[in-house]
Amino acid sequence: MTSMKPIYINGLGSVSPQDMANSSRFLSEVKRSQSNRLACIEPNYREFISPDILRRMGRLIKMGVASSRICLEDAGCMMPDAIITGTGLGCLEDTEKFLTTLVRNREELLTPTSFIQSTHNTVSAQIALLLKCHNYNFTYVHRGWSFESALIDSLIQLRNGQASTVLAGGMDELTNVSFAITQRLGHWRRKPVETLELLKSTDRGSIAGEGSAFFLLSSSQSPRSYAELAEVYTFNRKTSGKALQTILLDFLERSGIKPGDIDLAVCGINGDTSSARPYKELADNLKNAGIAAWKHLSGEYQTSSSFGLWMASMIMKHQLLPEVAVIRKSEERPFNTILLYNHYLDLNHSFILIRKP
Amino acid sequence: MKQTDFMGNRVVITGYGIVSAIGMNATEVLHSLMNGHSGIGEITRFETIHKGKLPIAEVKLSDQELLELSGLKSLKRYTRTALLGICAARDAAAMSGMKPDRHIRTGLISATTVGGMDRSENFYPLFLENPSKGKLSQIINHDCSDSTEKIAESLGPLDFMTTISTACSSSANSIMMGSEMIRAGMLDRVIAGGTDAVTRFTLNGFNTLMILDKEGCRPFDENRAGLTIGEGAAFLVLESEELALKNGKIIHGVLSGYGNANDAYHQTASSPEGTGASLAMAKALAMNSMSPANISYINVHGTGTRNNDLSEGMAVQKIFGQNVPPFSSTKVFTGHTLGAAGAIEAVISLLSINRNCIFPNLRWSVPMKELYIKPLTALVQDAAIEHVLSNSFGFGGNNSSLVFSKYMP
Repeated sequence: MTSMKPIYINGLGSVSPQDMANSSRFLSEVKRSQSNRLACIEPNYREFISPDILRRMGRLIKMGVASSRICLEDAGCMMPDAIITGTGLGCLEDTEKFLTTLVRNREELLTPTSFIQSTHNTVSAQIALLLKCHNYNFTYVHRGWSFESALIDSLIQLRNGQASTVLAGGMDELTNVSFAITQRLGHWRRKPVETLELLKSTDRGSIAGEGSAFFLLSSSQSPRSYAELAEVYTFNRKTSGKALQTILLDFLERSGIKPGDIDLAVCGINGDTSSARPYKELADNLKNAGIAAWKHLSGEYQTSSSFGLWMASMIMKHQLLPEVAVIRKSEERPFNTILLYNHYLDLNHSFILIRKP
Repeated sequence: MKQTDFMGNRVVITGYGIVSAIGMNATEVLHSLMNGHSGIGEITRFETIHKGKLPIAEVKLSDQELLELSGLKSLKRYTRTALLGICAARDAAAMSGMKPDRHIRTGLISATTVGGMDRSENFYPLFLENPSKGKLSQIINHDCSDSTEKIAESLGPLDFMTTISTACSSSANSIMMGSEMIRAGMLDRVIAGGTDAVTRFTLNGFNTLMILDKEGCRPFDENRAGLTIGEGAAFLVLESEELALKNGKIIHGVLSGYGNANDAYHQTASSPEGTGASLAMAKALAMNSMSPANISYINVHGTGTRNNDLSEGMAVQKIFGQNVPPFSSTKVFTGHTLGAAGAIEAVISLLSINRNCIFPNLRWSVPMKELYIKPLTALVQDAAIEHVLSNSFGFGGNNSSLVFSKYMP
């Protein structure tokens, strides 16, 4: 194995269905609801964006800009060498608005704002515009691999020295339209479910969610470093023709660690019985590790692994696993190596490996 | 995926495929380029109030005909964006003689801006009347990754797949990322490019911005009045030189430089002095320590909007000074194919290198008063084309430049 330049997570920023206003109280109070959809607790955007700009901005852009600002301030880095984002569906609200007017007005009397903002790279572009950042700016849009692709690109840019800091994030918004369509597709519980009961109940469907999470990745360690971002890997369990066990063991071997080294596996378990099996297989292969989950707190969406990585990074930095996230307890041990495992609709699977810096 | 050292090896092109308004494959496209046949014409394929008023550059085949050309069965699963992509990606793979080989780690990096919008537009009217109506089969392919997944199915097993959407620079960026993954030692071979179909959504979107030229685009002309939307797809097969040589592949060119920069000026408009554009070109040249004098031809972004051509022209003058090489916008042939444009123009750049030709900027008559440069307007043959710079700029100030070079062993 070649030794590679270590990459660190030096800052975090998130807007999610959980209250992030005071991140030092890391999930000590959980926002609970009785629903099959979760909406973000949005910050006071005026703290981040001037009112004249704010007025025209779509909701996902606001969430993205605010969470990126929180992240940059947390890291003490206001001019990243690259901005790389991932989004499953981009600025959906604006896309729907333009499409609705197009249909209702029969292609007449349309205005450009929602069309302009419907472009998938609007969030990363607006962040660059507000920072006056002329650097590398990419946006990945591949369902459950959108955020992971952004991380993979970030690692390349940092390891080859093109960038020494990268602002990387994942974001998606839930709208009434997208909820109605995905409800018809059977993605969600038919009946409302209590937040903390979701992962215990046995039923079809998950709960819909949304959020935006940013990470300041750097090739230098700082006293504020949360974790080392060691490896990111995306795979399709079905088309690879391999068992999850084989894929996992290959991945760990390439990363130079053994299954017993994993202290905690943070999993994308989402309460949908039809998607539970891969997570169970993973847990069975990591007998000594604790198992944690995040989707009852964030809801399910294409880039929810960004919330998962936010949570895993907080666990590592504070060496604290919130009770509300625990699925399986392990014997008392420090969190030195955490594996994040997620899959979206059993199509887009991913591993994200973080280590104590 | 593990990164390993790239052994000072170049990233080369061993295959390419293209589908556009001027041809369903590279041979047809070359023929149109050589003979001055533009693909810009009337809207025929879909119903819109702009029919007969706004010209576009359509791929002439219907969805059904594209399906048959791809040898696929059921139209139900495929959007037009996916079908265009499948035709182009398959041609690229065939040209490269690509066979599934578990020892060669292969990736697909595609790009699109509209994804499956061509079908979502048909789903929406019924859905708006009643949220329980509208065929779900018309909406499940909406997202940008759908076309990539469908292209992947037609190529066989892959080790990596992703999709990029950065507006009109999308597929230039997928080519860049493909090369980065090979150089990082994460993949051995990447099929990189992009696909976009014309939809009412994009046509009307650009129309609200009042940047569609009713007479068809006239890039770098003083009287230009906007762009012309086109559709199509293109893919390149990128691999390390070492691998290509080992397998006895014919090498069609080298991807010898690239750069992405952000204009950070306005969400849709480019800065008047072309800040992002000149940064992207400078980065692309610097990557392999090239000087502007090395460039034989610039395939400019040249959309034909008042704003782009001024901004890009200023940036070209800034980088090349008094020695600007011949340049042209081939969007006069293909229209502006949005997410596919970077890859389509990458293929045209490779055709230029391999045929020693420069394709003309048709539809031009009056020089722009702000610039001292003017585009090449007649076909040049027997030129020695060594290095071509290809520009792709998009909304959100996303500016990318690629440099393709003749392969010299």
